[in-house]
Amino acid sequence: MTAPEAGDQVHTATVTLTVNGESRALEVDTRTSLLDLLREHLGLTGSKKGCDHGQCGACTVLIGGRRANACLALAVAHDGAEVTTVEGLADGDALHPLQDAFIRYDAFQCGYCTPGQLCSAAGMLTEGGPSAVTADLTGDPALTPGEIRERMSGNLCRCGAYVNIVRAVTAVSTAGTEP
Amino acid sequence: MTVAGRYVGQSVRRQEDPRLLTGHGRYVDDIVVPGMLHAAFVRSSVPHGLLRGVDTEAARALPGVAAVLTAAELHPGLHPMWQTMMGQDAPAAPFRPLADADVRYVGDPIALVVVESRYIAEDAAELVVADIEPLPPVLDTSAALGDTASLVHPELGSNLAGELPAAGSPELDAAFASAALVATETFHQHRYACVPMETRGLVAQWDPAGEQLTVWAATQGPHEFRAICGRVLGLPEPRIRVIMGDVGGGFGQKMFPMREEIAVVAATRQLGRPVKWIEDRNENLLGGGHAREEQMTVSVAADDAGHFTGVRVEQLENVGAYPFPGNGSTAMAGSMIFPGPYRIPALSYAARAVYTTTCGRCAYRGPWMMETVAREQMVDLLARRLGMDPLELRRRNVITAEDLPFTTASGMVYETVSPAQTLEQAAELIGYDAFRREQAAERERGRLLGIGLALYIEPSQSFGPLGTDGATVRLEPDGRVALVMGTASHGQSLETTMAQVVAEHLGCDLGDITFVQGDTAYVPYGAGTGGSRSAVVAAGAARQAALALRERIVTLAAAVLEAAPSDLEVASSAVGVRGDPASALPFAKLAGLAYFGHAALPEGAPVALEVTERFKAPPFTFSNACHAATVEVDATTGQVSILRYVVSEDCGVMINPMVVEGQIAGGVLQGIGGVLYEHMVYDGDGNPLTTTFLDYLLPTAAEAPAIEYGHVETASRLPGGAKGMGEGGAIASPPALANAINDALAPLGIHLTRQPMSPAAIVAALTP
Repeated sequence: MTAPEAGDQVHTATVTLTVNGESRALEVDTRTSLLDLLREHLGLTGSKKGCDHGQCGACTVLIGGRRANACLALAVAHDGAEVTTVEGLADGDALHPLQDAFIRYDAFQCGYCTPGQLCSAAGMLTEGGPSAVTADLTGDPALTPGEIRERMSGNLCRCGAYVNIVRAVTAVSTAGTEP
Repeated sequence: MTVAGRYVGQSVRRQEDPRLLTGHGRYVDDIVVPGMLHAAFVRSSVPHGLLRGVDTEAARALPGVAAVLTAAELHPGLHPMWQTMMGQDAPAAPFRPLADADVRYVGDPIALVVVESRYIAEDAAELVVADIEPLPPVLDTSAALGDTASLVHPELGSNLAGELPAAGSPELDAAFASAALVATETFHQHRYACVPMETRGLVAQWDPAGEQLTVWAATQGPHEFRAICGRVLGLPEPRIRVIMGDVGGGFGQKMFPMREEIAVVAATRQLGRPVKWIEDRNENLLGGGHAREEQMTVSVAADDAGHFTGVRVEQLENVGAYPFPGNGSTAMAGSMIFPGPYRIPALSYAARAVYTTTCGRCAYRGPWMMETVAREQMVDLLARRLGMDPLELRRRNVITAEDLPFTTASGMVYETVSPAQTLEQAAELIGYDAFRREQAAERERGRLLGIGLALYIEPSQSFGPLGTDGATVRLEPDGRVALVMGTASHGQSLETTMAQVVAEHLGCDLGDITFVQGDTAYVPYGAGTGGSRSAVVAAGAARQAALALRERIVTLAAAVLEAAPSDLEVASSAVGVRGDPASALPFAKLAGLAYFGHAALPEGAPVALEVTERFKAPPFTFSNACHAATVEVDATTGQVSILRYVVSEDCGVMINPMVVEGQIAGGVLQGIGGVLYEHMVYDGDGNPLTTTFLDYLLPTAAEAPAIEYGHVETASRLPGGAKGMGEGGAIASPPALANAINDALAPLGIHLTRQPMSPAAIVAALTP
C-alpha cells in the first residue's frame, strides 16, 4: 500500500445502521471500522478495543444477531445492518440474563473484556452447529462446559475469570432463558 | 478480632459490576476532551543503531498534522525523571522520553506525531523517515557483562545495570563443607509480560492560563503519575490533577508512567492543546514493558536426612534497555524473600542485572518471583537426587507453627504464617498419596502423569513510600457515606472490599457507601496498587477512618439521646440505645442535625462528620500458600494437560472470599500462561517476533483449569487481621506446574530447567 501524501482525498460515505434498536445515519471516512464508528461517532464506548486485529474479542458485537469483531468490520460494508452492543443487552433496568449471571458467578474483574464476553456469549447461545471439540458433526451439540469453553475461546480475559465466565454462560444456557 | 462480620468475611457481590456490565465503565479511551489531538509514535525498527537524522517534512505537510516532535523539539526544558519508590539517586537507565542520538531497542520511540485524528496520525507516522546506522545488538546477558565495546547506554560505560554482591558467612562455608549432599542447578525463566486487555494510554490537557495540567490516565497509581509529571515538567504537584477512571488491568505495567506517557505530557504542555495517546496492541507487546527474563543458579547443602543446611543463590537478570522502575532489578526483594517457607540456616544471594537492546523490564505481578520459581524447582530436583518424595522433603524443611516466631537467614520475621498447614491441606485436597498410586499404575500403561507442589511466602510490601495510605470517610447531609481513598482499583474489586471494611466498622449499610477513587484533586495521597499492599495498608486506612467517624457519630448521638456513649450501638446506618430499637437515630437524622440543625445541639456535640486517617503499616506482612498441580504429558506431541489444580491459601482474615479466589485464579492462570504458552521472543538479531496475539499466546477459556481452593485463616497482627495476596497466584504457579511436568517426565530421566515448557520444548527434550 502506498503511503498517503499531502493532498490525498479522504473518501467518505453515508452509513445507515440500526444500533440497539435505534436507526442511525452518519457520514464517515470509508476506512472507519464499525468499532470506531460505535465508539467515536455514536458515543457508544461500551465496546472495547483490545487489539484492533480481531484477536482478543473485546470489541465483539452482534451484527444481525451474529457475533462479530467490530474492529475487523468496515462500517460501510454493513450499511443497513442491525447492530447490538453491550449497551443494548439489558431491557431497561432489567439486566440481560447473561449480565445477571456474570454478577452471580463473579465472571470478571477489571471489566475491559466483559462487553465482548457478553456479546460473544449472547451470540454463541443461538449459533448451533458443531465446534472444534464436537464429536458428532451432524447436529447441534449440547452446550456442555467443554463446548462453551471452546466457543468462548476467542474472547481473551487477562484477569483469568474464564472458569466463572463458563459457569455463568452454562447457567444461562441450561436455564433456557435465551430465546 | 472480627473474623466473620456482617460484611467482612462475606462474599459480597461487587459494587462496580452493574456499571462495567452494561458498557458504562469509563476507561481512558472513553474520555473525549474538546479540541483533543491524537498522538502516534514513530518507533525504531532496528534494535541498536546511531540515529543519523529524522526526516519529518512529509509528515508535517499532511493536512491535520499539528506537530511532529523529535527529541530535539521535545526534550529541551525537561527535568530528570525518578520514581518515588526507588529514590532520586537509585541506579536507573538514562532517562529520555524519545530516542536522541541513538536507538536502543526495536520499538524505541523516535518521534511523536500529534494530529487531529488517530487515523491521520497513523498515516503521518508512516511518513517519518529515520536514518539509522545499525550497531551490533546487545542480547546475551553473560556476554554483555564483559563487553565494553558494545554498550546499550554508552554514557554509563558498562552494561551492568545493578549488582548485589554475595554476602557469605563462615556458617555458610561450614554448611557446604560438611554437607552430605550439595546439589547445584541453574533455572532459566523466559521473557513474558503483563499484557492487560486495556493497553496503556492517557489524555493530557494543559491549561496555559492557570499553568495547570490535567491527565486522565490508565494507571495503578495516580499520585505517582502526578509526582513524575511534576518532576519532569518542573511543576508543583498541586497544579497537576491526575484522574484514573476504570482501568482495564495493569498487573504492574501501569505502576509507573513510562517514556511514552511522559512524552505525551510534555507534548501537551508544549502545544497547549489536549493530546490523547492510546497504545495499540502491537506497541504494548513491542514496548509496553516486559518481565521475567532471568536465570538463577541455586546450590543447596543438605544433611543426610535432607535438611537444608545452607543455600547459595546467583541471579542474572535481563532488564532490557529502559527498565521501569529504577534499574529493573528485583534482586533486593528476591534476596529478602528467598528463604520463603523453609528453615534455611545460612544463605548468600548474589545478583547482577544487565542492560540489553530489548524492551525494558517493568513490574509484573510478583516481580521478584524468581526466588520461588527457582527455589521450588530446586526442592524437587534435590528430592530426586535424594530418592525422596518432594512432599516428604518439604515436610522435613517447612516452617511449622512450633517454629514461630521465626527469623529467616535474610532477616525476615514470621509470626503468623502457616506454610506447614497449607502444605498438608493442599496435599490432602489433591489426594497426594492416592495420586502417587494412580501415577504408578498409569506409568505401567505408558501414561506420563505428574504431580507438582510449590510453597511460597508472599510479602505485602509496605516499606518506604508504600508504607502508608489515606482514607476519608464522610457522612454526607443525606446520611449516606462517601469513602474517599488514595488507593484505587484497576480491576481487583477495591470498590467493594474497601466499602465492606467501612460498612463493618462504621456500622452502616454497604449500599449507603459511595467509593470515590483515583482523582488526585479529591483523594488523600496513595502509593497505588502494587506489592499486594491494598488489603493491608489501604484497608487499614479505611478501617481506621471508619472507626474514628463512628466514634464521632456515637458522641453526637449520645448528646442527642442524653445517653452514655457506652450504652449505644451502631447498626444498619443508625445509632440507638442497646436493647431499645425504638431509640435508634438514623444516620440521615444525625447528619441533618450536624449540618443544618446544629443550633439545637448541646454544647460540645460534634458537627464535623468527616474523618481523614492515614494508616502506617509494618514494612512486611506475610501471607502464604501451597499450590499443587497434577498433569499429563503427551510424549508424542509434548502437550501438557492440567488434570487438577489446588491452592491452599492463608491470607489471614479474608475481607471477601470471592474476591480472594478471583485473585488466586487470575494469578495462577498468568503463571500457567507463562510456563506453557506465553513467550516474548527475540531473534538472534534482536528483532521481536511476538508482537500480535497470534504470536504471543495468552491462555483462553479452553486452557483455564478450575481451581480447587483451600483456606487457612491465620490472622495477621494488624488490626483486622488481613494479609495481602494479589500476586501469589502468579508466583507459585510456574514452579508448581514445572514440578508436575518434571515429575511426569521422571521415568524418562528428563528434568527440564528452562521455561517455557511448550510442546516444542518437551518434544525436543524427548527426542534423543
